[in-house]
Amino acid sequence: MDIPFNVKERPDTGLYNGKLGIWFFLASEVMLFGGLFSAYIFLRTGVDNWPAGTDYLDVPLATLNTLFLISSSVTMVMSWASLKLNDFKKYKLYTLITLLFAFGFLVIKYFEYSAKFAHNPPYLPSTNNFLGIYFTMTGLHVLHIIGGILVIGYFYGPGSTMWDSEPERFTNRIEIVGLYWHFVDLVWIFLFPVLYLL
Amino acid sequence: MSEEHHPQSFWSKYIWSTDHKVIGIQYGITSLLWLLVGFALMAIMRYQLAYPGSPVPIVGSLLGEGGILPSEMYNSLGAMHGTIMIFLGVVPLAFGAFGNYLVPLQIGAIDMAFPKLNAASYWTYFLGSVIMVSGFFVPGGAANSGWTSYPPLANTATMGQTVWLLGMIMLITSSLLGSVNILVTVIQLRADGMTWMKLPIFVWTQFITAFLLLLAFPPLEAAGVLQLMDRLINTSFFMPSGLVVSGEVLQNAGGGSPLLWQHLFWFLAHPEVYVLILPAFGIVSEVIANNTRKPIKGYKSLVYAMIFLGFMSFIVWAHHMYLTGMGTTIGAFFQTTTMIISIPSVVILTALLLSLWGGSIRFNTPMLFALGFLPMFGIGGLTGLPLGLAAADIHLHDTYYVIGHFHYVVAPGTIFALFAGIYYWFPKLTGKRTNETLGKLHFFSSFICMNGVFMPMFVTGLAGVSRRLWDGGESYAHAAGVFQLNEVMSVSAWLLGVAQLFFIVNMVISLRSKKTSEVNPWNATTIDWTDTTSPPLGHGNFDKVPTVYNGPYEYSVPGSKQDFLPQSQKG
Repeated sequence: MDIPFNVKERPDTGLYNGKLGIWFFLASEVMLFGGLFSAYIFLRTGVDNWPAGTDYLDVPLATLNTLFLISSSVTMVMSWASLKLNDFKKYKLYTLITLLFAFGFLVIKYFEYSAKFAHNPPYLPSTNNFLGIYFTMTGLHVLHIIGGILVIGYFYGPGSTMWDSEPERFTNRIEIVGLYWHFVDLVWIFLFPVLYLL
Repeated sequence: MSEEHHPQSFWSKYIWSTDHKVIGIQYGITSLLWLLVGFALMAIMRYQLAYPGSPVPIVGSLLGEGGILPSEMYNSLGAMHGTIMIFLGVVPLAFGAFGNYLVPLQIGAIDMAFPKLNAASYWTYFLGSVIMVSGFFVPGGAANSGWTSYPPLANTATMGQTVWLLGMIMLITSSLLGSVNILVTVIQLRADGMTWMKLPIFVWTQFITAFLLLLAFPPLEAAGVLQLMDRLINTSFFMPSGLVVSGEVLQNAGGGSPLLWQHLFWFLAHPEVYVLILPAFGIVSEVIANNTRKPIKGYKSLVYAMIFLGFMSFIVWAHHMYLTGMGTTIGAFFQTTTMIISIPSVVILTALLLSLWGGSIRFNTPMLFALGFLPMFGIGGLTGLPLGLAAADIHLHDTYYVIGHFHYVVAPGTIFALFAGIYYWFPKLTGKRTNETLGKLHFFSSFICMNGVFMPMFVTGLAGVSRRLWDGGESYAHAAGVFQLNEVMSVSAWLLGVAQLFFIVNMVISLRSKKTSEVNPWNATTIDWTDTTSPPLGHGNFDKVPTVYNGPYEYSVPGSKQDFLPQSQKG
């Protein structure tokens, strides 16, 4: 007794269940980050002097991080495409590179955060609302990165055995994780200019 | 696969189940218990309001010195009554229980699209509700800044507010999982022939509700995270500069805005109103069509009105904020959208009312509750119009008038519809019939008491009595003329509680009775009645998944042999 369209697409919608599910999940995520971006605009327009991002933040490091995330999105697609081409070895390779980029992002973020805390006087979320919203939004984004790493890591390691039993379902799973990962990437593409450059 | 033939332990069958029917029942029982808790909190408050400063009988020793309800605890009870009733009671019952149990059955699916997520959704809700209520046991008591948790008050409130926020984030996660599940299930798992315009109205309402939950809740999650930051690490998102509390200037950076919370909160909480009412429309539509034995009037206009209602509900939120000084231009925009959103509500109510015309109505218990819903929701809706206009709202805002208004929508409105649904689908769940006499006693006593509680609120509200007074207005001259009404409301509320004994007793004796019901006792057309095996349903719902040929309300079709034509019957 299997649930229909779990793996195969439903003809009239052209989607399998998981793909539609992740799109709805991402719609909800858009509203979550949308709420925070709205809060940013509301706070910024509510005061006379709002600091420039460059007063506090390190643009070169963030640029590097942007490159990391965009590259990881590319390798994520490559790993899915490799599965579609039935090349499991390449899948493993690209997934490993994706994970390395993601870790690289976290390492750089760690240095960024600790530089803020080590500054004299320290730059804390309570220092002002710019830093407050910066830490909140990037912090929530980092949680999403960590979540992504856990899931991608699972499909790199123990979860990948499904390739032998149900290859199509496994490929679908990688597509779904990929969609999530691109979304997390996209959030950063918005966070970077809004917080660092504007 | 043959897993359903293995004997299952009690735990795997009833506790950790991934079957949508079991999860629906789990949601139902949990949320009914929370409704009872929320009601009990209010029953205590109503004693203080009727007899200010007198010791509360029975539970007095739990409350404070001399058995008198302290004012801080009064605030806690008020905030938690609202939170429990809405987030732990009505929404999980209307969406979690009814949606889970019935949507797959009505569209011809063997389960929800993601059964494990479904179980996760219930358990997140359960955990979130326990966290939320555990606030009563932390220092300073449960959240006491109103169910709306407006800062700066909520920012400086006791620890209970932190617990409230954590509980709320769990509940939002739960509703996210639940709504994704319903949406994917309805889109992907409809049986052959179940096209969009053949869906029962109930499925439509759940579908639109799921959209509202999916998109409206996350901004509150964002707001909750911001308020947690404010409370725990001293950021100033909602704190204006130079705020003085108890004679001292607060030590924080300032520059934030309390209005920001209100915008984010009401962006959720207005669609939430429609989350509360849409499933009620769905249940009432099913019950009315079945018991008038004729099609619902204007199926398509109902569907389009509900889609429009769902869409509009996202752009009316600031009509809760006319008194905040956000500006008359914004106010004008939101007054306009608010007047527009009343149109689909009127379309829906009118369609349901016209459906009665010319029907040979069966006055059984579910039908009585459905019929009771119509005028009660009508009163609730119409009294909302003055609140949607800034000029009238300035006088009425934060008075008992508002309380009367939204309780008419939710209590004798939605909760009556939910009772209708429980009585209507009880034979489906259990294979037993409920007792009609007890059901009718339950309806009439509840109907009288509900009006006894909420009708006087319009009077006290128009007299200007604020909704948050600990003494019910005793110490205010302008409330003197209407103060005695408090006693009427309180006695009605307690009697309302007693009236629910008819319901509880009815449930218990019906469950224990040996008399079994037929598979389709109401002669209904939808496939949840016509094509499922005899209750209680096994895993998989259908012996053979049906194909659908007809619309959902083919009653009294001219020339047909019987007075109903099942959706799955070629005709």
